[in-house]
Amino acid sequence: MFFVVVILAATLNFIIPRLAPGDPIGAVLEELRARGAGTQSDAEDEIVAAYRARFGLDQPVHIQYFRFLFNTLRFDLGYSISYYPQKVEAALLRSLPWTVGLLAISTVISFAAGSFFGAMMAWPRAPGFMQRFVPMFMVLSAVPYYLLGLILVYIFAFVMRLLPLGGAYSSGTIPRLDLDFLLDVIRHGILPALSIVLTSVGFWALGMRGVMVTVLGEDYLTLAEAKGLPDRRIFFAYAMRNALLPQVTSLAIALGTVTSGAVLVEVVFNYPGIGWLLYNALRSSDYYMVQGVAFFLILTVAVSVLIVDLIYPLLDPRIER
Amino acid sequence: MVEVILLRFKSAISYILRTPKLLLGLILLLSLLLLGLLGPYFVDVDKARPISVPTRKPPSAEHPLGTDGGGRDMLAVIITGTPQTLKMGVLAGLVGVTLGTSLGLIAGYFGGRIDMMISTATDTMLTIPPLAILLVVAGSVRAMAVADMAIIIALLSWMFPARTIRAQVLSLREQPYVHMARLAGLGDIRIIFEEIMPNILPLAAASFVGATSGAILAGIGLEVLGLGPQRTPTLGMTIYWAQLYSALINGLWWWWLPPIIVLIVLFVGLFLVSAALDEFVNPRLRRTG
Repeated sequence: MFFVVVILAATLNFIIPRLAPGDPIGAVLEELRARGAGTQSDAEDEIVAAYRARFGLDQPVHIQYFRFLFNTLRFDLGYSISYYPQKVEAALLRSLPWTVGLLAISTVISFAAGSFFGAMMAWPRAPGFMQRFVPMFMVLSAVPYYLLGLILVYIFAFVMRLLPLGGAYSSGTIPRLDLDFLLDVIRHGILPALSIVLTSVGFWALGMRGVMVTVLGEDYLTLAEAKGLPDRRIFFAYAMRNALLPQVTSLAIALGTVTSGAVLVEVVFNYPGIGWLLYNALRSSDYYMVQGVAFFLILTVAVSVLIVDLIYPLLDPRIER
Repeated sequence: MVEVILLRFKSAISYILRTPKLLLGLILLLSLLLLGLLGPYFVDVDKARPISVPTRKPPSAEHPLGTDGGGRDMLAVIITGTPQTLKMGVLAGLVGVTLGTSLGLIAGYFGGRIDMMISTATDTMLTIPPLAILLVVAGSVRAMAVADMAIIIALLSWMFPARTIRAQVLSLREQPYVHMARLAGLGDIRIIFEEIMPNILPLAAASFVGATSGAILAGIGLEVLGLGPQRTPTLGMTIYWAQLYSALINGLWWWWLPPIIVLIVLFVGLFLVSAALDEFVNPRLRRTG
């Protein structure tokens, strides 16, 4: 499954741009012309031929395909057209830690908090204010991350000036491993993470509530109560543990949407991750970079699904190899 | 016949009135629809074109929502942009649900190798973030109209409907009345259309709302990245322009806030309607809230 997804992703990256009208080299020439580079027509043909050879476009299609597939699978994603001679994967690897950090932390927080709140909402002996969270969660879960992000930046960064407007660390500081820098990173991360957490926590809470209602009707819960087990133990060890399993499955399915949303959050916050790279690549028509980002997004999701699959047996002792 | 329809209509209305979620959702969606339909009679929509009004003016009596950096009246932009977004969502949702329902029906009804193929394709496509594929497509196809975008997005929104419908058909296939129909010698086509279809229609309707919402989400995502239709002032493109010209740090809140509010109303409305429809289809969910 994992390899099927990865190969499919690489194949789509190969086919779609070739089906579309227009060619990348024409776009580069256009840009050269716009920058006022010399444009004698005979030199232009040479430039085109040189570029075609450089990017392997002069080979037959099936050779191009297999070469592309082979290169992609060993992370050779080609040269970035607008940052030439930089390679695409170098730029991607530089921004990957920011994206993975932001995404992992905010997903874990919202998954944990959402599952807990959702379980409490279905729990009959929960404090009454829990029920009042329901409408708020529902409204927030319908809002796209980055739209809430824009509103949060405006309120907390622009009007109240409590937190930075964007970026991952203050401009002028050099990334290094000490406490000051770490605090700076956290301060910059609060708003992007908050906009992801606030809007996705409702999704997990609602899902959890649905499963929890079913689990609470099971016989083993009645038995646990009849045995006189403490409430806390019934809630965590009997009800929540069993209700979590379908939640983990839906985590694997939802990751694609979560990742896409996080990419757009980065654009709103000028966060130097993959999303920001993508935004700049799109603005400068850097095809190889856009394809690289798309491939990386799919890869990130495929890896996360793989991790979820590997964790699953730990949560559910019934599945053992 | 007329009486039956009237009765059905009456019971539908009373169901809507009894379900606050559905009522509120429908009111939100209808008000956006009315904004798009009636707005042009009250506001000059020609002002949604660039350089038709002075730039960057805060809200005033003349421009109730102010003007943007490209010389567009924001109220006119919202009035022309909202129906475009709705159109794209509904179009993509329709195509996606039709495709998904057909695939789910075929997979669930016939089973076997066809089912395995369709299910594998569905599961694989579900793993891939739609944005990744849309990016590659949109990055290659430069000039896009609203309808093109709807079709491309529709091709990526059939998976959830296919999954839900397949699961439903799997259990319907084993119902006694389907067995009866088969014993009575009805063909597969007639069983699908006469015995199974009527029972999955409510579910298809629920997944249509879900697919529409997903399609709008994907479309707005593309537009915010600047990959939407360049000449039509859609809501997402408005946010893109506002972002590009740093409307936020220049304090031009009337540029980016109105499209965001319209989008939030739209998403919340769709969410409420789809949640209410889910409860209608699956009564076990009908509880609190």
